[in-house]
Amino acid sequence: MINIFMQNWQTILNGFWITILSSLIGLGGSLLLGTIFALMELAPNKILKFIGNAFVEFFRNIPLLVITLFFYVVVAKDFKISGFWAGTIGLILYTSAFVAECIRGGINSVDEGQMEGARANGLTYTQAMIHIVLPQGFKLAIPSLGNQFINLVKNSSILSFVAGFDLMYQANVISGANLDPFNTYIIVGIFYLIITGLLSTVMRQIEDRLGKGRLQ
Amino acid sequence: MSGAFSSINLHYLFGGLGITIIVSLISIIISFVVGLILGVVLYEDIPYFSRTVRFIVNTIRNLPLLLLIFFTYFALPKLGIELNAFAATVVAMSVFEATMVAEIIRGGLLSIGQGQKEGALSTGMTNLQTLWYIELPQALKRSIPPLISQFISLVKDTSLATAIVLPEMMFRSQVIYGQNPNYMIPMFILVAALYFMVNYSLSLLAKWFDRRMVS
Repeated sequence: MINIFMQNWQTILNGFWITILSSLIGLGGSLLLGTIFALMELAPNKILKFIGNAFVEFFRNIPLLVITLFFYVVVAKDFKISGFWAGTIGLILYTSAFVAECIRGGINSVDEGQMEGARANGLTYTQAMIHIVLPQGFKLAIPSLGNQFINLVKNSSILSFVAGFDLMYQANVISGANLDPFNTYIIVGIFYLIITGLLSTVMRQIEDRLGKGRLQ
Repeated sequence: MSGAFSSINLHYLFGGLGITIIVSLISIIISFVVGLILGVVLYEDIPYFSRTVRFIVNTIRNLPLLLLIFFTYFALPKLGIELNAFAATVVAMSVFEATMVAEIIRGGLLSIGQGQKEGALSTGMTNLQTLWYIELPQALKRSIPPLISQFISLVKDTSLATAIVLPEMMFRSQVIYGQNPNYMIPMFILVAALYFMVNYSLSLLAKWFDRRMVS
């Protein structure tokens, strides 16, 4: 097992880096897009609400692979788009639907008095939402967001379908060459566990800290 | 009808949908039963055993499902376990989803007040009776909405089995649009619509349970 790592450490670390990079872009993109769609879902405007709901329901209920292949196969015919970006855009769209649900849940559990108080002080709906309600809702959404980000890292293995050169892709390349899928997949699995394990430890600590904050 | 939606193509694609649904159903049943047992083991503090199970469950939960599918299909034959694509998908998905179900069941059991258990024990029920008649029924009821969400993920994740050439819906759509690039967009729309129909009806079911529990 150590041999496989010694012989392929460059390939594995390259894949590891691509997986991390794609996850980070996915995280930033889906947080931004997810927050926008959560706000749309909660907006008083009927049209915005409909668009937000439609987006979230659509991307929550179709497989990530369908979205990713759509970008890699259909969109790539007209626009130059690499496997990495097809996969990462797919990840952003797919994850943002789940992020929107988490943030919507968080905002919904913020006490209604917060919005009423802000409005009574003369803030507009948008101001009150962005400065008063959203920050509190965001904090409440952190535990469920953490789970989504762990899923995001795991889902980034979708890049292997579209030649995204991520960890999973390199695992297939290496095991295709050395004909030892057993040990190769175990090594790659360890690398995935490093990221997801680290993320879940960090999330648990944040949760603990927020939990204590609430008790005080 | 001709073109992308010719009757041969549609017949072929719907056969794939059938395989998607069968794989999903078998995996749901196995993962539910196994996950239920694992969830109870995680909840009850059985010395050493629970800790070992906890470690295994956490490890599997933190790995990509795609890795598990590849491992089951390509690596297990090295140990003398040869599975075809269908069996490998079912095994990999059942193992992965069972760990997810276990976490949900454990969460459900933890959310029941300690008073329920104490009350049952004080009326003379044994530990096992308390678990079976008092704790599990309440925990299961609370677990239904998250379980359905998890099973929606499971249905979507069956598409990953394309990688080991299981002829499910996603794979078959690729075969169809492989014949003619003009079929691509119609195929993607149809496949997305079919997945959406299956999963959206499941999520409506979850919402219905959610509302019933609140009232």
